[in-house]
Amino acid sequence: MMIPFGHALAFAAVLFVLGLTCVLLRRQILMILIGVEIMLNAASLVFVAASAYWQQVDGQIFSIMLMAITAAEVAVALAMVVYLWRRKRTLIADDFNGMRG
Amino acid sequence: MASLLFYILGFIMLAATLLCITRRNPVHAVIYLVVSFFALALMFYLLGAPLVAAFEVIVYAGAIMVLFLFIIMMLGLAPQETPEGPGWQRWLPLALLSASLMICTLLLILQDPAAGKPIGEFYLAPQVVGEALFGRYALAVEVVSFQLLFATIGAYMLGRPLPKGEDS
Repeated sequence: MMIPFGHALAFAAVLFVLGLTCVLLRRQILMILIGVEIMLNAASLVFVAASAYWQQVDGQIFSIMLMAITAAEVAVALAMVVYLWRRKRTLIADDFNGMRG
Repeated sequence: MASLLFYILGFIMLAATLLCITRRNPVHAVIYLVVSFFALALMFYLLGAPLVAAFEVIVYAGAIMVLFLFIIMMLGLAPQETPEGPGWQRWLPLALLSASLMICTLLLILQDPAAGKPIGEFYLAPQVVGEALFGRYALAVEVVSFQLLFATIGAYMLGRPLPKGEDS
């Protein structure tokens, strides 16, 4: 691999901004979650590229930890999606604008 | 050859992600995201991380995306019910903000002296990763297992039937 370190970081940065754009622009809750997934993958790419750049194992370990944390996050988030769907029969984030104690 | 492959995979990944975030139908978005994850897994392999590449395919594309598809199909989300984001005038400022953030980040990355140095030849066998994971990082593995347990309990709590009168 003779690519510069900066190019791997640049790919990760563009991927992260695409995920951020998805979170900011989309109104459907599932698409917002997909944007979060994209951002986590960009972080994972940074970890693996840094692991290769410094020739250390730690980056890959953190990448694997990130995957486990993502799996936990997705389990809770999708349970919330099902809960919200049962409450209001919609998944558009703008429709959830009420609070009740 | 490997570096050319890296750039091709990177552009496949970015194109698939761009298509993913602009789809109206969530099923199509998830399928494009799976393509993006496959390209990312091959990039991980080229960066000397075969174990992470395998986990990317198994955990992300195989489990998490299937979970998304399962939820979409269970709720029966039709494309008609999922209007796209706000109109052009409303999301143009956000898009400009994201684009300027991306340009600033790219400039910041590429002006750094370390950015020009090439990534050397590197390959980490799964055995080495496993030994580090269950040796030096064994405590972290335990903490993550607790987190998965908490997530299971949380998902169970949220999945209980709603009390009377709170249904829509």
